[in-house]
Amino acid sequence: MDWQALLLSIKLSTVTVLILIPLAIVAGRFLAYRHFRGKSWVEALVMVPLVLPPTVIGYYLLVGLGSESWLGRTLEQLLGHQLVFHFSGLVVASILVNIPFAIQPIQRAFEAVPEDVRDAAACCGMSRLKVLFKIELPMVWPGVLTAMVLCFSHVLGEFGVVLMMGGNIAGETKTIAISIYDSVQAFDFASAGNMSLVLLLFAVTVLALTTSLSRRVGGQHVANRR
Amino acid sequence: MSQTVADLYCRIQQAKPIKLDAEFVCKAGEVLAVVGPSGGGKSTLLRMIAGLSQPEQGEIRYGDKPWFNADNKVQLTPQQRHLGYVPQHFGLFPNLTALENVVAALDHIPKAEREARAKDWLERVNLHGLPDRLPAQLSGGQRQRVALARALAREPSVLLLDEPFSAVDRETRERLYLELARLKEQLAIPVIMVTHDLNEALLLADSMILISQGKMLQQGRPREVLTRPRDEAVAKQMGLRNIFDAEVIAQEEERQITWLKFGEHLIASTYFDNLDIGTKVRWVIPNQGVRFNSIKKGRLCRSFNKLDITVDSMLVMGESVRVLASVVGVEHKIHAEVPLHLAQQLELVEGSETTVALKSELIHILEP
Repeated sequence: MDWQALLLSIKLSTVTVLILIPLAIVAGRFLAYRHFRGKSWVEALVMVPLVLPPTVIGYYLLVGLGSESWLGRTLEQLLGHQLVFHFSGLVVASILVNIPFAIQPIQRAFEAVPEDVRDAAACCGMSRLKVLFKIELPMVWPGVLTAMVLCFSHVLGEFGVVLMMGGNIAGETKTIAISIYDSVQAFDFASAGNMSLVLLLFAVTVLALTTSLSRRVGGQHVANRR
Repeated sequence: MSQTVADLYCRIQQAKPIKLDAEFVCKAGEVLAVVGPSGGGKSTLLRMIAGLSQPEQGEIRYGDKPWFNADNKVQLTPQQRHLGYVPQHFGLFPNLTALENVVAALDHIPKAEREARAKDWLERVNLHGLPDRLPAQLSGGQRQRVALARALAREPSVLLLDEPFSAVDRETRERLYLELARLKEQLAIPVIMVTHDLNEALLLADSMILISQGKMLQQGRPREVLTRPRDEAVAKQMGLRNIFDAEVIAQEEERQITWLKFGEHLIASTYFDNLDIGTKVRWVIPNQGVRFNSIKKGRLCRSFNKLDITVDSMLVMGESVRVLASVVGVEHKIHAEVPLHLAQQLELVEGSETTVALKSELIHILEP
């Protein structure tokens, strides 16, 4: 069992979720309430990481953020280190890959907030920020929690993009998924089995949790409309 | 009410996304009903007054204070307008209790006073003993009361009600009518109520505007709009079906009568100014203006405002009978309502021939 890799994966998942979810709340709310020209294109763009192979995203990130590119060099000067083959690069990659997992459930949850409720809140004199924190977030929290759980577990199991972008540096970019692959390569099936079991149990728990949560979102929606 | 009370003036014009053209005043202390068929732009109009959406053109003014002015680019937010708004499905905050829902609207008063004020308003709308229930645990009527308490507790400048009785059952609706009628006496602010039910306007409103396909057709007292529709479009919207052709044969200004020739029948209508003899006009009479006299055919003594008819069909609806009949000598058909006992007494059946009298004061000539 590669505890260092497991801890690194948990750290990567946590950082990704902490950065991505607040951004997804802003973006999901915007997409749920606003109608604008080209909205379906934006929504399609958000979904791209779902259909694109992670290795392809990893490849573009490697090329785009590597020292050969203008962006890569500028970021290197600013940060003092390269993004590729570094933990921060993994965070950037994880955020990009997980955009649909974060925005989708949150957008759907905001869409389920009845217009009547939002109108009434504005007419009650509440500021937009107050409406968000006092009325909307308590109504959409199952969606936010679903997004958090999905992103966390997805980052934990991410392989292709991590390998392309981060390589396999122990303690820096070697996540649990890569460690499992390494163990199998080294015929250490016991270790690979243990780590796989941990991920399997985690995935099942997470799925059970999200299913029950989405049912609660649906239930709440019905109660509001009644 | 702590707010200065003023009249609300509203002029709204737009072509897209929903066509709207309306101009009206709602006086302080008055209930104005916005009546019209579904999808006619009533709710959009109300949302514009609330500041929830913006019209293309026009002006909304509360007393001297502009809320919206397309020319000067003035657009106050709903928060700045300080109004009370009860949406069609009440818009209660599902995560807050009834009391918290009302407290949420009280940001304008000191925190310490909010709960007492909210409780007071829940009592005033007859919602006793349920302040800790969530909206999902309340009945439709109770939710409506919470929404009304929340809107009124703000001491709003204007109260806006969007189809306030459409989401509750009939019994609750009857009770809420009484409560709103009672509450109306205490309110000194303009109240605008959107409804598709003409009966609600007749029961509760001091004045009404009729809106159809985004166009304001008429403004006036509900009874007046019903009995004196301006034109055929208004008459049809008000559910009037007895609309007939006739020819002006005499004008009697001193007795305020315009005489019409309807087939071979002579009709005395309420006076319509500036009509030349021989002009072809359309006239209207509500169903309740058609009287079946308890005398048999040919015995009505007056020589005008009576029609010989043949009953085509009869439909018993509760205690009354809806009659559709052909008028002898013209191609028109007339609709009428007869009390069931009278229909039985007159032995009315399909094919019966009888004479009906028309109430002069309910006969009205439509604008061409």
